[in-house]
Order: sequence, then C-alpha cells, then structure tokens
Amino acid sequence: MAPTESPWNTLTAPLIRQNPVMLQVLGICSALAVTTSLDTALTMSISLTVVVVLAAGLISLVRRHIPNSIRLIVQIIIIASLVIVIDQCLQAWFFGLSQRLSVFVSLIATNCIVLGRTESFARSNPPLRSMLDALGSGLGYSLVLTLIGACRELFGAGRLLGMQVLPLADAGGWFTPLSLMLLAPSAFFLLGGLIWAARSLWPDQAEAPEFPPHDLREER
Amino acid sequence: MADLGALFLRAMFVENMPLTYFLGLCTFLALSRRTDTAFGLGVAVIAVMGVTVPLNQIIYTAVLAPGAWAWLGMPELDFSYLALLTFIGVVAASVQLLEMLLERFLPGVQASFGAFLPLLTIHCAILGGSLFMVERRYDLAEAAVYGLGSGAGFALAVVMLGAIRTRLAYADLPAGLRGLGIAFVLAGMMSLGFSAFAQMASP
Repeated sequence: MAPTESPWNTLTAPLIRQNPVMLQVLGICSALAVTTSLDTALTMSISLTVVVVLAAGLISLVRRHIPNSIRLIVQIIIIASLVIVIDQCLQAWFFGLSQRLSVFVSLIATNCIVLGRTESFARSNPPLRSMLDALGSGLGYSLVLTLIGACRELFGAGRLLGMQVLPLADAGGWFTPLSLMLLAPSAFFLLGGLIWAARSLWPDQAEAPEFPPHDLREER
Repeated sequence: MADLGALFLRAMFVENMPLTYFLGLCTFLALSRRTDTAFGLGVAVIAVMGVTVPLNQIIYTAVLAPGAWAWLGMPELDFSYLALLTFIGVVAASVQLLEMLLERFLPGVQASFGAFLPLLTIHCAILGGSLFMVERRYDLAEAAVYGLGSGAGFALAVVMLGAIRTRLAYADLPAGLRGLGIAFVLAGMMSLGFSAFAQMASP
C-alpha cells in the first residue's frame, strides 16, 4: 500500500482484485453461516462494514498514542466495544433478525478482516484514508456475502428477501426447491466455485502448483 | 452421565465447529496443508477450548449473568452485555498462561504445537464455543464436556482435511481451483458427510 495511491484506488482495489474473502481467506469464519437467506447476509454485511470503518477511523485517530507492545490488545478492545454496540442496536430494533444471526454478530470481533485492516493499514495512515480503505474491504466482503446469500435463498427456497420469485411446484408453479442449498455444504461449494470463477477470469490470482508435473517444469 | 456422553458426541459430530457452523475456518483452511501441522493445531484447540469454555461459564454465572449480584441486594444488575469483551480477555489470558506453563514444564510438547497457541487468541471456534455456551445455558459440567467435544470435533475435521490435501498436492488441478478453491470443495464434501450425523441424531 504505497501512500501515493489514489483514493479511488484505495476504495475499489479490495472489491475484486484484492477481495479479502476470495483472495486472502480472511473473515470467512462468519461469512458462510449467515448466508442461508439474503436478509441475514445483508444485515451481517452492513454490521461488518460499519464496524470495520469505525474501528479503522478510531484506531487511526489514536495511532500515535498506542504503545507498540500493547497495540493488539488496544485494537481488540476497541473492536469488541464497537461490536457490542452494534449487537445491542440490532437487539433493540431488529430483534427477530438478531435472534436468527445468534452469536455471529458477536463473532465480528474475531473477524480477521477487521483486525487485518486496522493492523496493516489504519495503524500507519491518517483517519480518512483508513476509513476509505476499510470501507473498500467491507464492501468486498459484502459483495461475496450478498452473492452467496442471494444464490442460496433463490435456489433453496425460490425467494429473494422473503418474496416469492420462482413459483414453487407445491403451489402450482414449476420450481422445485433444492433443499441442499439451505444446508451447510452448499455454502462451501458455492464459495469454492466463486473462487474458481474469479481465478479463471483473473489468472494472476491463481496459486502456483506445489509440485508441478514434469512437462510443465520444462516449459518454464 | 449418559447425557454428558451424548453432549460430547453431539458437539463433536453433529455440531462440528468448522463443518456445520463455519467457525474457525481461517485456521482450518490455512493450516491444513500438511497432516502434522493440522494435528498440532487440533491438539492446541482441544486444550484451549477445554480450559476456556468452563472458565467462562464460571465467570459468566458468578459475575455477568442477570441477577448474579442478587446476594449483594442488587438483583437488577445485568452485565451480560460485557460477555464478549470478558470472553476475549479470558481466552487471551488462558492462551498466554498455557504457553508459559508448557514452556516451563513440557518443553517437548511446546516445541511441537506451541507455535499454534498465539493464533488461537482470536479464533472464532473458541470464542464461538463460549458464546454458544451462554446462549444454550449450559451448567459447569456440560460446559466442560461441550468445550472438549467441540475441540475434538475441530481437531478431527482439520486432521482429515490435512490428510486429503496432502494426497491432492500431487494432483493436476485446473489452475483456478488450486489451493483455496479445492480446499473449499473438499470441506463441502466433508460437510455433506457430517450432515449425515445430524440425520442420525434426529431420526
């Protein structure tokens, strides 16, 4: 992250080219569990984006006052406090939704994206830039979550945001829901497929083979 | 006793942390390239979860739960919103303590899996175990069994994934699927297998 990078670049780089979920395997812990329907996925995305932007801004403001030896603890405490605030807000205004998200809102505190951004970027950059960078990461995470959530709800129940989009076979339509889409394995398969698609479109993201076959080795 | 045994098996197989709740996936995928690192990580997770979940249960019921201060004449006091912050602190402190104890008394064990201990400070599965313990209102014995069971479930899953990935290291995969992509597909298949346990548990 060179300091001369343009603000627009800082914002858009994590969306696709450096997507935190797909490329850096960060933050998937909570990303998959909440994607059985689009509304939980959206709530989770918004919560995470708010937390990561605020945390980056706050930590960037106090960055000169944090002693280096205890910086991780300070960062974790700031992040955890923000997460508690978000969790209490959700419980106050969207009680049903927060019951369905169960412990996963609290687990934003251990989400690697948040700590990763504050540790690697906000600690050494001014507040506005850090918040922009955090917003980019949050949006990259939201993009993946929304895609998977929409896929699973559409094919698992024929609905989007609770509205029936595809007419179900039971109700006289043609669509038979795939109940596998609502179970855990489908989230793994979808994310695996998404990574495959992204890395086929942008081949520079692909990992080098650990043990290349002989003919490949000779070509190089 | 039978209930505790059932809880252990349930935590290990039916509610497997990485494969049904997606908790701890970061380390699950990052450290499962080889079986021996996967095994070290698994043992570390069992140890830390076996210690922190019951410890958090004690702290939660004694200090944080609604009505915990009733004996002081303040029954309306409710610190449960501080649970998250406390649990993170307890996990971090236990990890540090465990590391120091191992270094002092069991340097051999420390050398083999001590490197994974600091990683566990912010590990979703460990924090998730404590949060699930509060949500489901386990008592102390149940919390201890639940912690050990979920730790064992994590260890089982990560060692299995490590073994499969070792075999696949020599396979000629499509470029885009190499590494992370195939790991997700494998985890999905293992998750399919584990969802059969859920069917067995609820006939």
